[in-house]
Amino acid sequence: MTSYLFILLGTALVNNVVFVRILGLCPFMGVSKKLETAIGMGLATMFVLTLACGSSYLIDTFLLKPFGLGYLSTLSFIVVIAAIVQLTELVIQKTSPLLHQVLGIYLPLITTNCAVLGVPLLNQAARHNLLQSLLFGFGSAAGFVLALVLFASIRERLDGADIPVPFRGNAIAMITAGLMSLAFMGFAGLDS
Amino acid sequence: MISALLVMTGLALALGAALGAASVLFKTQGDPLVDKIDAILPQTQCGQCGYPGCKPYATAIAGGEADINQCPPGGDEGVRKLADLLGREYKPLNAEHGVEKPKAVAVIDEATCIGCTLCIQACPVDAIVGAAKQMHTIVTDLCTGCELCVPPCPADCIDMVPVAETVETWKWRYPVFELKPVAAEPAAKEAA
Repeated sequence: MTSYLFILLGTALVNNVVFVRILGLCPFMGVSKKLETAIGMGLATMFVLTLACGSSYLIDTFLLKPFGLGYLSTLSFIVVIAAIVQLTELVIQKTSPLLHQVLGIYLPLITTNCAVLGVPLLNQAARHNLLQSLLFGFGSAAGFVLALVLFASIRERLDGADIPVPFRGNAIAMITAGLMSLAFMGFAGLDS
Repeated sequence: MISALLVMTGLALALGAALGAASVLFKTQGDPLVDKIDAILPQTQCGQCGYPGCKPYATAIAGGEADINQCPPGGDEGVRKLADLLGREYKPLNAEHGVEKPKAVAVIDEATCIGCTLCIQACPVDAIVGAAKQMHTIVTDLCTGCELCVPPCPADCIDMVPVAETVETWKWRYPVFELKPVAAEPAAKEAA
């Protein structure tokens, strides 16, 4: 039981996708200007990432390993992720038009989010079972949401702050991201 | 080599079939919410809500930009239906956008019409026929009663005529029960 808790905590805080593994930086910089869109993007990513981890585990175990095709994992994971994203969009559009409107363009953009490919690959390397894989995906996504929401709220405040002209815009955002990354290094001692 | 090809082809085929089935199963045309709102609006295309027509207003409601009480032709009943569909509180019509009037159609006084075509350009539903320096007339079946043709007319020859009740349009009235006045009522009226 505690091992599952460690997976959750470890992926969300200690090995945070964005701040420690430096994955998924494009949405992290791109859609963090407003808190509202950041939450929408985060929730959509969370859904897709959890599903992607589970299904990539199934494909790896039942399709690739029996045939000795481990070298095809990256390729097949990309295909599966793209399919899941499309499927998610179709289902959401039908069942909840309002949610579909909130997520908007960010839903199809998840396909090209490197965190969504990186986490299943890391998961494969860690040799988890199905439940652990799902938790690994969910925890990583929770870490991603945490990073995105924190960063978006900081950037909303930065908009009104008196920043020296050369640092305005993306420069101060980069510095902020670096400082937040340093802060997250502080969780490194948590698992010992 | 062959097994790799087979596995990838099979994977792609399976995912493609799943997506194809999903796109048939979860088929949506346009935005279902906008269509549902548009179906409630009276389709007068009068622009009293501040949007160029009923569809743009429906899109704005669905997008959360417009309130539901901006459509005078739809009247109180329309607002109630919208509130019901969107799960919002009912609110009275916003007087800024006009007041509810009985359904009417425009009628051109053909003796005074000078054939200037200004009303033809104003009509959102193409219900006015005529040519330059020829008398114009209104196709009553197509007229939505939006009153957009009234202000541009230089000869003031367009009147809004309420639609008279005919044998085809007559409906049973809603039953109204007279409430017996109680003793306290006159006092309450005076207080109000």
